Amino acid sequence: MAAPTFTIPALEDDLAIPAIAEGAMAHSKPFVAKPEHQEALGFPGQLVEGWHDKAIAKMGDLLGKSRALRVFLDSCVKCGACTDKCHYFLGTGDPKNMPVARQDLMRQVYRRHFTLAGKFFPGLVGAKDLTKDVLDDWYAYFHQCSQCRRCAVFCPYGIDTAEISMAGREIMDHIGMGQKYSNEIIAKVHKFGNNLGLQEKGLRATLASLEDDMEEATGVKVRIPVNEKGAEVLLVTPSADFFASPHIEGLMGYAKVFHQANISWTVSSYASEAANFALFVGSHEQMHKIALRIRQAALDLGVKRIVFGECGHAWRVAYSFLNTLAGPWDFLDPAYPAPQHICEVTYDLIQKGALSFDKSKNDDKVVTFHDSCNVARGSRMGDMPDGQFRIPREIIKACCNNFVDMREDTIGAKTFCCGGGGGLLTDDLMELRVKGAMPRMQALNEVIKSHGVTHMAAICAICKSQFGTVMPKYGMGMDMIVSVHQLVSNAIRIEPAQATASA
Amino acid sequence: MLLKKMDSRFRGNDRMDVNGDRGMNALTVTYALLFYAAVAVFVLGLAYRVRLYARTPAPFKIPTPPAPITQGGVVLRMAREVCLFESLFKANKWIWLFAMLFHAALVLVLLRHLRYFQEPVWTWVELIQPFGLYAGFVMVVGLAGLWARRFLVERVRYISSPSDHLMLALFVAIGLSGLALKYGERTDVVALKAFALGLVRFDWQPLPAEPFLLVHLALVALLMAIFPFSKLLHAPGVFFSPTRNQVDDARSRRHLARFAAAFDK
Ligand code: HEM
Ligand code: SF4
Ligand code: SF4
Repeated sequence: MAAPTFTIPALEDDLAIPAIAEGAMAHSKPFVAKPEHQEALGFPGQLVEGWHDKAIAKMGDLLGKSRALRVFLDSCVKCGACTDKCHYFLGTGDPKNMPVARQDLMRQVYRRHFTLAGKFFPGLVGAKDLTKDVLDDWYAYFHQCSQCRRCAVFCPYGIDTAEISMAGREIMDHIGMGQKYSNEIIAKVHKFGNNLGLQEKGLRATLASLEDDMEEATGVKVRIPVNEKGAEVLLVTPSADFFASPHIEGLMGYAKVFHQANISWTVSSYASEAANFALFVGSHEQMHKIALRIRQAALDLGVKRIVFGECGHAWRVAYSFLNTLAGPWDFLDPAYPAPQHICEVTYDLIQKGALSFDKSKNDDKVVTFHDSCNVARGSRMGDMPDGQFRIPREIIKACCNNFVDMREDTIGAKTFCCGGGGGLLTDDLMELRVKGAMPRMQALNEVIKSHGVTHMAAICAICKSQFGTVMPKYGMGMDMIVSVHQLVSNAIRIEPAQATASA
Repeated sequence: MLLKKMDSRFRGNDRMDVNGDRGMNALTVTYALLFYAAVAVFVLGLAYRVRLYARTPAPFKIPTPPAPITQGGVVLRMAREVCLFESLFKANKWIWLFAMLFHAALVLVLLRHLRYFQEPVWTWVELIQPFGLYAGFVMVVGLAGLWARRFLVERVRYISSPSDHLMLALFVAIGLSGLALKYGERTDVVALKAFALGLVRFDWQPLPAEPFLLVHLALVALLMAIFPFSKLLHAPGVFFSPTRNQVDDARSRRHLARFAAAFDK
């Protein structure tokens, strides 16, 4: 499947709902996992004998384990309210990218095998057996869902297509049809502690050179400690923060905040990854295994707080699932929520007056903020509703003079996904990624034209990587995308370290 | 007024056979059995489904924003979803309008029908009678709007299966046959009420053999019977939807499900 050439959507003045174009993205399929990627996670290496019956059995198993799946498959009335809400539909026009149609790929099989109506009157209720064609559709279209949950916000019953696509991927993993990108990465986390396969030695060297860079730029020695026992804070951050722009600049921002607030902290080489890719493939067992690394690192290092860096899906798993997966966190300091987001830490310090900024350092920019889907719709920050929208914006406003928001129906709870979330940030899905980014690019283009926006800040490693790749296709510079803590890093006033408890 | 007069005929002696000349017949027995069967399927089928929903664990906290942070907040949110279709309003004003017309009218129509099963009739049921009548028309208008979308909007046409059209056809047919009872040849409401009360009291009374009435009643029985096996499960489903019925408190309260308990071992 050679990547075909494709046309890049034009950015219109308004975000139009496309006419449906059947089969427009039927060719879009990520590479299938190789046997070694599958077997490392305990899944069969390739499509198994009797895959049909095994898939149906797995579906029955999941139906018994997830109320969401059961209720969502039963409840849809085909009202159509979600049909124009998915960025992949808006960008491709493929009707199977309408959330309800994506669900129907599973619902048709569910009805056939698990409901009376589908057993007796399949034609009437659109029930279908799981043929090889249907399975191919599953593989194609469950990998055209970034599990961003935008559809769920608008559905009258909150039907969350992410739950369906996760279940679909879990079933496919169990019959040997996993996706290479996600499964390869999950195996790396189990082996190395991060998605990149970075080992302790390499990590230490990278971070040491970052410390040098910061000292050179600021004249102040700001530390990025690794595996320091007795530190107050364990920082768990996406491994992209250790090596690529603009992620690295964000990491420098966190380091400066901890430095200036005199909070001792450390990263762990054992749990050197915030992201939990098992979420994407719907595997509770794998998610649990990955989450336990964080618990283990926190116990080994004897920290009192756990703080997550800028990473969207990671924060969803951290905020919403970590307590279930790896709690209780009774050994941590009860004065702080467990875990905390780096934005909560920075925001609290700003509120207390513990940080000061030279905003003019960001005067070369007019900044807007992209709400990352999994932060926006899978988590929260602070102790107030909507904190996940307000806190990052307050931080940006504290360190920048020029901030503008994009159109109201493209931010906050209604934000558009970057187009690369949910395990789709891979080159074999480039057409999907570029087209799926269109709704966000369109909204961004509006504020570029109307307010001269020069930069878009984000708090997610996937968003940052995705935008760095797709923005140039839309004629925007790849350096337009910045980390929120990069803006903090630019503007924060830092002084040489005071004597700290842990050296 | 007329109604009051008729109803008053039941007060003294509710066993009075108002259609003495017609008497018990095969039709009455058929419809009586039909209704018992339909109600049984409806109640048992729905109970089975609700039990299934209630017993299936929700492994994780997955509320969608703006998620309430207290249980009281969840009750309010659910009330807004069920009474006002809050999310649908955000999504699409046309669907919302037609859905609201249809459902609100449906509620009024159903409440209006209570009078057939009560003796004496509660005051508020009497008070809503005139509104209930208009509601019949409104319901059909709402349904027509929803149905039109299934033809006119390409995306909705794509996702509609035959059952989606048939479901709307069924509701429209029930609505129209009901309106025909009122505005076509007038039904013997008194006899009908006797039949309905007879069903409730297990003391069968003859059913007037009027074509529109027989159609109307048969369709209602059909609706009850298919309810637990169709997309009408959205009505109980919405209350069990984890994205809408969960409190956003994952950090402060450890959410545990069977599967997670196994992890702790
Ligand atoms: C908890 C109570 C209920 C809620 C919150 C609810 C909500 C909704 C919503 C939001 C829709 C989508 C919009 C639309 O297509 O109308 C819908 C559709 C529908 N509802 Fe309900 N509903 C409820 C109860 C019922 C009941 C009791 C019935 C029937 C006895 C019913 C029959 C229908 C039908 C037939 C449709 C599909 C209309 C179509 O095909 O377009 N609903 N409902
Ligand atoms: S979860 Fe997001 S990507 Fe998936 S169908 Fe819904 S809107 Fe589309
Ligand atoms: S909005 Fe919900 S109920 Fe309506 S078609 Fe989409 S998934 Fe089905």
